[in-house]
Amino acid sequence: MSSHFLGNSVKLDNVYIASSGTTCGPLEFFGPLGSYFDKGYDDYHCGEKSFEKAERKMLREALDICLKREQLKLKDIDLYMGGDLLNQITTVNYLAREIPQPFIGIYGACSSFALSMAISSLLIEAGYVDKIVTLVSSHNATAERQYRYPVEYGVQKKATTTFTATGAVATLLTNQKTSVRVESITLGKVIDYNQNDPNDMGRAMAPAAYDTIITHFKDLKRSFKDYDLVVTGDLSTYGHKILKTMMQQNKIDVVHYDDCGCMLYDVHKQEVFQGGSGCACSALVTMGYLYPLLKEKKYKRILVVATGALLSPMLSAQKETIPCVAHAVSLEVVE
Amino acid sequence: MDRKEYDQLAEELKPNGHKISNAFHAFIYGGVIGIIAQGVLEFFMKTYKYSQKEATPLMIITLVFVACLLTGLGIYDNIAKHAGAGTFIPITGFANSMASSALDSKSEGLVLGIGSNMFKLGGTVLTYGIVSSSLLGVIRYVITLFR
Repeated sequence: MSSHFLGNSVKLDNVYIASSGTTCGPLEFFGPLGSYFDKGYDDYHCGEKSFEKAERKMLREALDICLKREQLKLKDIDLYMGGDLLNQITTVNYLAREIPQPFIGIYGACSSFALSMAISSLLIEAGYVDKIVTLVSSHNATAERQYRYPVEYGVQKKATTTFTATGAVATLLTNQKTSVRVESITLGKVIDYNQNDPNDMGRAMAPAAYDTIITHFKDLKRSFKDYDLVVTGDLSTYGHKILKTMMQQNKIDVVHYDDCGCMLYDVHKQEVFQGGSGCACSALVTMGYLYPLLKEKKYKRILVVATGALLSPMLSAQKETIPCVAHAVSLEVVE
Repeated sequence: MDRKEYDQLAEELKPNGHKISNAFHAFIYGGVIGIIAQGVLEFFMKTYKYSQKEATPLMIITLVFVACLLTGLGIYDNIAKHAGAGTFIPITGFANSMASSALDSKSEGLVLGIGSNMFKLGGTVLTYGIVSSSLLGVIRYVITLFR
């Protein structure tokens, strides 16, 4: 074992990305990155009776695509890990019934993608396991139902609202050398800046993203210039603007910075308000769009900072503020 | 950066809600619903020779039916996102809140789903509607005692 925590970060030597599978819903499929995803559905039911079943079907398909690419069977993977947005992380837990191997469910709200990648990478680096598949999903209708209003409820949404992405992503991590590796990770602290509006997640999460990025740079003695691209998970247009301004006020040079929520949709043409959010948002953009670009060596090293608002509608009603978190994963081309 | 400074920064960058155009849309859509309702009322009064008192419930039932139908067809929320309070305040908003809750909980079955969730959003209106009308009734009764 070669690595130790440097502050909240770890540099890794033996963790590689071997394969991925991505499925998405209609708006993502017809969005600017639609052609990069493995499979897209043109309706939210995906031929299933309930939205929850539809979300699970998408995740199962992403998993199958991911394993098929490497000609692996479910049994060949040592461990599965994943999370989604629903209570009791039902999508992944119920899907795990079909998996004949150990499964760890995690919850980091929309940061679940980076969190599962980070924990999996640590387990592989430590030599406990050889192959791990991480699973994340979110579905607009299941999330709206649980966190906001019924799908057909006629309500005028706030300008600061974000749109939960529909999609599922499976990623295969291994200790066998491939063309892209997980270079380092930073685990985030839970940050609460006294924001209490569940319809304004970008504003609530920006301080958490700021903290994780700064910590990552400080721990590893880096700056924005060390990356070809730094993406945050789902701050969207408003949160993206706040984060950039916060950085500039603290005299940090911001270059090559974008947000997955703004990349996944055409914010001006599609009806997504400030942009995308949800576990699938950062996962789809990273594994569907950025990972192939890394494989083609268009980028050398990128930093993915997935942000999550850990709110509960019940506690929001009790006037509690929103705790937020962000975890970072750096991906690098193997020379 | 402390929390106060952060709030200041966030407020400065906040995207503009279109308050004036929202109010204008609500006025127009709400007004149009009012005109339609008046038309339906006149229709019942003229065609079936009902008095206004008899025709009013029929008009309300018609509006509720249309709102529920549009909710089921997935059209209502598309209108409501432009209309805002224009469709939310009239009885159509109440019909939509019940129909959309019922649709949403269809997957959990008749008893645990539709039955218990139908009033999830509309329940507030009913509870406080009944409470306040009972209170007003009591006040009115007390006033009549002293007249």
